Amino acid sequence: MSSLPDATTCYELLARMTLIRRFEEEAGRQYQRAKAGGFLHLAIGEEATIVGTASVMKPEDYLIGTYRTHGHAIARGTDPKRVMAELFGRVDGTSGGRGGSMHIFDSEVRFMGGYGIVGGNLPIAAGLALSSQYKDEDAVTVCMFGDGASNAGNFGETMNLAALWKLPIFFLVENNLYGMGTAVERHSAQTDLSEKAEGYGIPGERIDGMDVVAVREAVAEGIRLAREEQRPTLIEAFTYRYRGHSAADPEVYREREEVDEWRQKDPIETFAKRCIEEDVLGEKEVEAVREKAEELVTAAVEFAEASPEPALDTLYENLYVLDSDAWYAVDERSPELHRGEREATMPDAARELAEAGAAYAEGEQGERPNPAVHGDAELGVPPEVAEEVEDEPEEAEA
Amino acid sequence: MAELRMREALRDAMSEEMRRDDSVFVMGEDVGVFQGAFKVTEGLLDEFGEKRVRDTPISENTIVGAGVGAAMGGLRPIVELMTVNFSLLALDQIINHAAAIPYMFNGQARVPMVIRMPGGGGHQLGPTHSHSLEALYLQVPGLLVACPSTPADGKALLKTAIRDDNPVVFIEHESLYGNRGEVAGDGDEILRFGEAAVRREGSDVTIIGILKMAHVAEEAATTLSEKHGIEAEVIDPRTLRPLDLDTILESVRRTNRAVLVEEGWPHGGVGANLATLITEQAFDHLDAPVQRVTGADVPMPYSRRLEQAAIPHEEHVVQAALAALEGAI
Repeated sequence: MSSLPDATTCYELLARMTLIRRFEEEAGRQYQRAKAGGFLHLAIGEEATIVGTASVMKPEDYLIGTYRTHGHAIARGTDPKRVMAELFGRVDGTSGGRGGSMHIFDSEVRFMGGYGIVGGNLPIAAGLALSSQYKDEDAVTVCMFGDGASNAGNFGETMNLAALWKLPIFFLVENNLYGMGTAVERHSAQTDLSEKAEGYGIPGERIDGMDVVAVREAVAEGIRLAREEQRPTLIEAFTYRYRGHSAADPEVYREREEVDEWRQKDPIETFAKRCIEEDVLGEKEVEAVREKAEELVTAAVEFAEASPEPALDTLYENLYVLDSDAWYAVDERSPELHRGEREATMPDAARELAEAGAAYAEGEQGERPNPAVHGDAELGVPPEVAEEVEDEPEEAEA
Repeated sequence: MAELRMREALRDAMSEEMRRDDSVFVMGEDVGVFQGAFKVTEGLLDEFGEKRVRDTPISENTIVGAGVGAAMGGLRPIVELMTVNFSLLALDQIINHAAAIPYMFNGQARVPMVIRMPGGGGHQLGPTHSHSLEALYLQVPGLLVACPSTPADGKALLKTAIRDDNPVVFIEHESLYGNRGEVAGDGDEILRFGEAAVRREGSDVTIIGILKMAHVAEEAATTLSEKHGIEAEVIDPRTLRPLDLDTILESVRRTNRAVLVEEGWPHGGVGANLATLITEQAFDHLDAPVQRVTGADVPMPYSRRLEQAAIPHEEHVVQAALAALEGAI
C-alpha cells in the first residue's frame, strides 16, 4: 500500500470527498422534494476516484466527464453553490439553468463538461488535447467515462485517434460494474476494461478506485506520460455507486449484500480511519471536515433556493454567438424561430403566450414520487421490490 | 477577379483563411496526401504541412467530435466529411454536441467550426452517396447552414463560415465542383450569411432554388420567358440558417406566386419549410397555392435512367411555374 501524502494534502482529499458525499446526499434529497428535476445521477461511493484524479491535475489541464459529474466539477474547484443552483435550474447555476444535472460546465476551472450522451465526451476530449498539442501548450486532457461507454463506437475511434496523433490525453474508466442496470459481464465481452484499448496502442492498468491514494499515484503517472511523453494511457478504476444509476432506479439488478459489501470499503471512511491510525490527521480534524461539508452544502441549498428562475426573455440567449469577432454572426433579423406575423406585430401578445407556457412550470411542488420507493406502473416495478428498496438504510455519515 | 472552378474557389477560401489565421486547420478523410475525394483540398498539404492539413481515420463521429473539442480549445477547425451521407455517422456530434454546447453551457464554450460536406445526385453513386439533407441540418437550432451554388458565393461564404464563431454546416454539391465562375481574389470579400441573391428579376412568379437547383431554376426562368412570355424572379437563398426571408417575402408579395425547388426529399423538406413560412407571412398575397419541386421520395437509385428521373429538371420547374400561373395566363 502506498504511503499517505502530507497532512495538508490528506486533509484536502478528505474534505473534498466528504463535501462531494454530502452534496450528493443532499442533491438526492432535493430531488425527492422536486427541487431538482430531470434525471439525477449520484456518485456516492465514487468519491475517491473523482477526487484522487482531480487532485493531481494542474490548473491548466482539462477535465471532461459524463452525466455523473457534480462531484467532478466540485473536485476541480467549482463552488458547490453553483452546482446546486444548476440542479435547481436557476440563473446562478453553472449553466444558468440550461444544462441541468447532466450538463455541468465550468470554464474557469477547466471543467469541460458533463455530457448526457454515453461516450459523447470521448471525441471532444481528443479535440481538446489536439488544441493543446497544436498550440504547443502544456495542458493535458483528462477524460473520464463509465464502463458502459467502453462499448460505444466512440471509444475505439477516440483511442485510435489519441494513439495515432500522440495526443496529450489520459483516459480513466470509472468502472462501477454496471452500465445503467447491465452488469459488466453482461455488456462487455472483454471484462478487463484496462485491456480494451491495447489493440489501439493504448496500454491500460487496473486500480482500486476506492483508494484515493492509489488513484492519485496511478493518475499522476498517466498524466505525466501524457504531458512529457505524449503517450496516452488508460486506467480502469474499480469503484461503486451505492445509489441507483439515477434517482429513478429501482435497482432490481443487484443484491443488497453486494451494496453492503462495497460499503465496507467506503472510500471516505477507510481513508479517514487510515489518516487517524497513521497519525496524519486527528479525530478533531476529521470531525471539522464533516462539519465544514455540512455547512457548505446547507449554504449551497440556501443559495440555490434564493437564486432566481431564468427570465423568459433569455430563452434564446447563447443559442448563437452574436458578438462574434468574425465579420458577421447571425442575422439580427432572424436568430429566433419564426412563429408567424403575430410575434413581430404583436409583441405583447407573444410575451403573454410565453408566460402562459411558463405557467405550466408552476404545478404542485410536493414530494416527488420515487419509482424506487413507490413503484412505477410504467416501469413495471413490482410492489414487493419497491418495499424492499424502501427499507434501504441511509448512507453512513461520512 | 479570376475565373475559377467551384472546387478551386473553395480551396482558395481555405488557404487564404489559413494564411490569415494560424488557428484555422483542415481535417478529414483523405484531405491531405490524397488531396480530397473531390480534390477540394488540393495543394493544401504542400503549403501548410501535416499539422494543419490532417488526414484522419474513417471515424466520422470522432472527426467531428475532435473538431468540436478543438474549437472549444480555441482553434478553428474545418472538418471535411466525404459526403452528406457520411455525415449521418456524425449526427451525434453535430446535433447533440456542436449545436447544443454553446447553449447548454450557457455561452461558456464556443464551437467555431465548419463542417463541409458534398451531397446531391447525378453521378450514379446510388443510395449511400447522393442524398440532399439540407432540411435535416436546417432543422437544428444552434447550427448555421450554407449551401452555395456559384464559385464566388462558395468562396465568400466559406470565408465567412471560417471566421464565424458558430458551428456551420457547409453543404456543397458534387455536380457543381467543376462549374466555373468569376471569383474575387485574395482580400476580404466575404458574404454575410442571411443575404439571398436575386439571380433574375421578374414580376410574374418567384422561383426559389438552392445548390444545383438554383441553376435549374434559372434555366427554367429563361425557358418561361422565351417560350411562355412569363417573367420569373429567381432567388437563391445561399444560406438556410439564417434565412433571408425578407427578400423572399418581398418578392412573393409582388409576384403573388411561389415555386420552391430542391433536390432533397419532399416530406419535411426545405421547400416544405419555406412554403409554411410564406403561407404564414404572406398568405393574403398569394394568388395560387405554393408549388414545390423536389427530388423523388425514394433513396437515390443507381441506374442512370432512374437517377435522372428522381432528380428535378428544368421541365419540372417550368411546369410548376405554369401550374402556379394557371388561369392567369
